[in-house]
Amino acid sequence: MKVWGRMMSKAFSRRGRIAALAATLITATAGVMGLAAAQAAGDARTPEHHHWHFAGPFGTFDRAALQRGYQIYREVCSSCHGMQYLHFRNLGEPGGPYYDEEHPNANDNPVVRAIAADTTVAGEPDDFGDPTTRPATPADAFPNPFATEGMARLANGGALPPDLSVIVSARHHGADYIRSLLIGYEEPPEDVTIRPGLYYNPYFPGGAIAMAPPLPEERVTYADDTEATTEQMANDVVEFLVWAADPHQEARKRMGFMVLIYLTLLALLFWISYKVVWRNVAH
Amino acid sequence: MSGPSTYEPKTGFTRWLDQRLPIVRLGYDSFVDFPTPKNLNYWWTFGGILMVCLVTQIVTGVVLAMHYVPHVDYAFASVQRIERDVPFGWLVQNIHSNGASMFFLAVYIHMFRGLYYGSYKPPREVLWILGCVILILMMATAFLGYVLPWGQMSFWGATVITNLFAAFDGGTGIITNWLWGGFSVGNATLNRFYSLHYLLPFILAGVIILHVWALHVVGNNNPTGVSVKSRADTVPFHPYYTVKDSFAIVLFFILFAIFVFFMPNALGHADNFIPANPLSTPAEIVPEWYLLPFYAILRAIPNKLLGVIAMFGSLLILFILPWLDTSRVRSMRYRPIARWFFVFFVICCLLLGWCGARNPDHLVFQTGVDAEGHATGFTFLMLARINTAYYFGYFLIILPLLGLIETPKARPASIDASVLGGRKVSSSGAAVQPAE
Repeated sequence: MKVWGRMMSKAFSRRGRIAALAATLITATAGVMGLAAAQAAGDARTPEHHHWHFAGPFGTFDRAALQRGYQIYREVCSSCHGMQYLHFRNLGEPGGPYYDEEHPNANDNPVVRAIAADTTVAGEPDDFGDPTTRPATPADAFPNPFATEGMARLANGGALPPDLSVIVSARHHGADYIRSLLIGYEEPPEDVTIRPGLYYNPYFPGGAIAMAPPLPEERVTYADDTEATTEQMANDVVEFLVWAADPHQEARKRMGFMVLIYLTLLALLFWISYKVVWRNVAH
Repeated sequence: MSGPSTYEPKTGFTRWLDQRLPIVRLGYDSFVDFPTPKNLNYWWTFGGILMVCLVTQIVTGVVLAMHYVPHVDYAFASVQRIERDVPFGWLVQNIHSNGASMFFLAVYIHMFRGLYYGSYKPPREVLWILGCVILILMMATAFLGYVLPWGQMSFWGATVITNLFAAFDGGTGIITNWLWGGFSVGNATLNRFYSLHYLLPFILAGVIILHVWALHVVGNNNPTGVSVKSRADTVPFHPYYTVKDSFAIVLFFILFAIFVFFMPNALGHADNFIPANPLSTPAEIVPEWYLLPFYAILRAIPNKLLGVIAMFGSLLILFILPWLDTSRVRSMRYRPIARWFFVFFVICCLLLGWCGARNPDHLVFQTGVDAEGHATGFTFLMLARINTAYYFGYFLIILPLLGLIETPKARPASIDASVLGGRKVSSSGAAVQPAE
């Protein structure tokens, strides 16, 4: 108590004021972050921490991984999961998997155009009012695999495959959670009964998930000859989903550094001005 | 505004204008020549920081409103469109959503500063009460704004908060139906919340003008709590405090920028990235961090009506604080006992925030196991109740009693004397006593 009292009186003293202020800001911030983390607690197993290429303030996306990840989405996930907030053009925009400096306008990007054209979407009704279809253009959104929620549930044993546009942001532990879920299927423990049509996954809240293990070994054949192990595919598709949820992440971090450098210099200038202006005033 | 104006128009135009609308004089007297105690510490910079927060929120909010669609079918998608397709929309949206948290961080520090240095005591009661009105308006605005993205937490937060008012209508639903514009939280609710979210910041700005006006009538408090006695105690606001506040504002911006650019979603809840679904209740419904202490007080009381009264009471009690604190000494620097109760009060508020974030039935720590093998111990509900009791006890028992029994330390004769006290300047008079 006495030591703390001394600490407190130091914190209250003129000299300790700046230190106390900084400490308050840091403690408050840390406290808030702690609260956010505390909210994440649940009954499911805590996801395994993976070191991501895009993690941290300097992290960037691995372009090849994004392309492989899109391949996984297209060949595996998209049969059940939509990504309604993504458009084909996004794939060729700055920061996207197929961005090409020669085609700054993604609508001109031949890879993106080919990918889009490979997909059939609903067109305008014809002159008789009958529905038509046409090849997609880069301006089109990713099509939904099911026309209605009812059809999605019918095809999936009653479960609704969630849209994946912002799935990484919409789950606690984000990328780590999705990765752990994709590779974390196990035999259920003896005291757990899983009804037919469901699968045991300890990372999923409740443990019983309607999605069959989606990424068995060699599920896809990668265009770049990377070996398609379950973990490799999970890592790639999660990297793609992280990009999809927050496509401006790289630009955001780049701007953040410029802003922080600018603010630090500005703070220095103001501090010098402060010292100069107050030099003759005891305070 | 306090004391005679020293403004002298220098040009023909300003002389002409000064006789018709003395607005330049108002600005000069308020923000240039305004006599400010020369011993203000960095805790006093949060007033300026809050001004910047308000302007930031209004500017980014007006831009967001150009792109946002207040309709249950399009609101979530329009926010995604802002994040993805609107040029620099991600930046504006991140500044606005994190700006709300920064605003509350600053306002809480600003209020704790006022509590510690006794800035609510005469003659600053009206100044303090206007500040309390500002806090309540901020909370209302933030709650309304959190509903707009129309994610799961938006929808269920709106449901929980509006249902609080059902405690007052005897189960008839009259109040909630009126608030919702229907029989549940729906499109009409979203529309009116959007309208009010745009309206309240301007009311807030109006009350802030009154707050600054009241400040400029009575003048700043200061860390010693001793009133300004002579010109030697003060410096002109400009350039002395414009430069000091600017320095602090830039430091605050650095913290702000770290959130905006490197962890924009750290303060939010993952469930708000799931579109609102009235048929699926999230496993946990928690408000934003800045409302958690009040949420904990609400849940600490087993009776709904009393819980709602306690929650609103925890804010309303601040309004009568100037008359609850019986001590004539403003600054807790010179109140050796009150200072400790204040430290505990800050800890109490942080603990309440922790309780608000956690399931009330979960354990803070385990003490044993019951007959069925379940862990038993000290729950968050118990912690919330103890801290709720301390929160109200601080205002209703400790501060009224302490003023009567506490012996304050000797205070300096003046601000000037306190500043020079530690430096052994002989010319400053014999009556000087050290600040600490």
